[in-house]
Amino acid sequence: MFRRLHDDARAIVTLDLDGAPIAAREGDTVAAAMLAAGAGHTRTTPVGGRPRLPYCMMGVCFDCLMEIDGAPNRQACMVRVRDGMKLRRQPGARDVAE
Amino acid sequence: MSADCDVAVIGAGPAGMAAAEEASAHGLRVVLLDEQPEPGGQIYRNISTNTHSGAPINDILGPDYRKGATLARRFVMACEDGRIDYRRDATVWQVDRDLTVHLSQAGGVADIHARRLIVATGAMERPVPVPGWTLPGVMAAGAAQIMLKAAQAVPDGPVAVAGAGPLLLLIARQLVDAGATVAAVLETTRASDYLAALPKLPAALRAHGYLRKGVAMRRRLRKARVPFYSGVRRLSVAGSDRAEAVRFEHRGAAREIAAATVLLHQGVVPNVQITRQLGCEHVWDEAQRCWRPALDDWCNTSLEGVAVAGDGGGIAGAEAAALAGRIAGLEAAHRLGRLSVDDRALKAAPLRRELAGHRAIRPLLDALFRPPREILDPPDAATVVCRCEEVTAGAIRDAVALGATGPNQMKAYLRCGMGPCQGRLCGLTVSEIIAAARGKPVAETGYYRIRPPIKPVTLGELAGIDA
Repeated sequence: MFRRLHDDARAIVTLDLDGAPIAAREGDTVAAAMLAAGAGHTRTTPVGGRPRLPYCMMGVCFDCLMEIDGAPNRQACMVRVRDGMKLRRQPGARDVAE
Repeated sequence: MSADCDVAVIGAGPAGMAAAEEASAHGLRVVLLDEQPEPGGQIYRNISTNTHSGAPINDILGPDYRKGATLARRFVMACEDGRIDYRRDATVWQVDRDLTVHLSQAGGVADIHARRLIVATGAMERPVPVPGWTLPGVMAAGAAQIMLKAAQAVPDGPVAVAGAGPLLLLIARQLVDAGATVAAVLETTRASDYLAALPKLPAALRAHGYLRKGVAMRRRLRKARVPFYSGVRRLSVAGSDRAEAVRFEHRGAAREIAAATVLLHQGVVPNVQITRQLGCEHVWDEAQRCWRPALDDWCNTSLEGVAVAGDGGGIAGAEAAALAGRIAGLEAAHRLGRLSVDDRALKAAPLRRELAGHRAIRPLLDALFRPPREILDPPDAATVVCRCEEVTAGAIRDAVALGATGPNQMKAYLRCGMGPCQGRLCGLTVSEIIAAARGKPVAETGYYRIRPPIKPVTLGELAGIDA
């Protein structure tokens, strides 16, 4: 999907995506990390079950909704990565979060 | 209710930073709320970090981006001096008409009551509903620019950049300079648009700096041998589970170009979510083909105490936004008794002169980069319009035939605009489709009613209010 510029010197952090490790850079948003890791999709849609990746990267499209550290429906483009963060792709319809 | 501050500013882009700084300079207690971890908004995103690191990314992004550094530095200094209470990573999810701002931050919620509110939430890219625009690999062009500014990353594999507007060329140029493979730039701008824009040219010469930049970007792309197609029609993205190619008509012939990433752009429109939720009066801007809050000369909306500064009040660009921010800051100082009418006028006069210079280019840009009808009112029935609820253009036209008369009624028919994005990505299109199908003006067709929460807030966060 996306590749880093050669001179990106930021520290590497490791995230857990559906049980598999992916690398990100310190300061990334989760959505940016997903794109840079070639993660395929962030969620599937509630109606058609179609895969989606972030469209806007600035908090307006909501296509990047993911479960982040146990909390569903987070806008992945608005959340910074943290080493060891647990990400899950969000399948289909949304649940009510507590 | 006692006020927590004199002025609450929402958004730390150029307008918000300038408004907060100006208001605080007159001794007002200012709180600035912003969703990002550092100031700059989208236009100057990551400006402090990038400037500080001195990374080559600054050269790629160019001098217009670097201009944001001065503004950000002054803003940060005002924050460090304790003149502005800057709350980063704060998401506003509701604003009440008594000027109470509800926000979530660090997993909890809070509210701030202000005597005046300056909404500086800027612009968002106009939705570009073409067949295939929901496929992974299709993004708003600005999204790729955010990846460059904030993640130092470029699309891997061939990129097609399609649409119209100054940002289209800028992003294509930045991607080329960053080493991405730009397979094609597809401009929907047609010869007829150039003719329509021609009468606006003499007035635009006042803002010749913008014109020169446009010429330079084209030259750079030509030099890099990026294939350029103008007057493109019937744009679509092909692929099963992700973007594989972009299809279009050019000079009457069907073409296809392989692309793993397709970046769409048709200009930017005001992000009106907060002013809509507040119930401020909005007007239809025929030239910019979008809604904007009705504002007086001092950035005031129809709702007492609420002002809008910057592109959220009508598109004029980053430098104009900072100037409007200062005017809104002066107005706050005046209304709260810190600045006389005469001093307000005196201080605003040079800002207005500069602002007029920046606005001089707009009529030309608006005419030249007017979105094509097929983007505003997608002809293909199967094109998804509401990305959240997956409602097509055909379904909306069918509902009109059944008797739906406006966007709010359309929600009941089809759920369009009722998904998590709350109409941000379909509102303009739904109004345009209904208006066209009913043969009525968009201004009369209206827009979705926007209700809080305008951003996701969990029951757990809400329950914590009283904890």
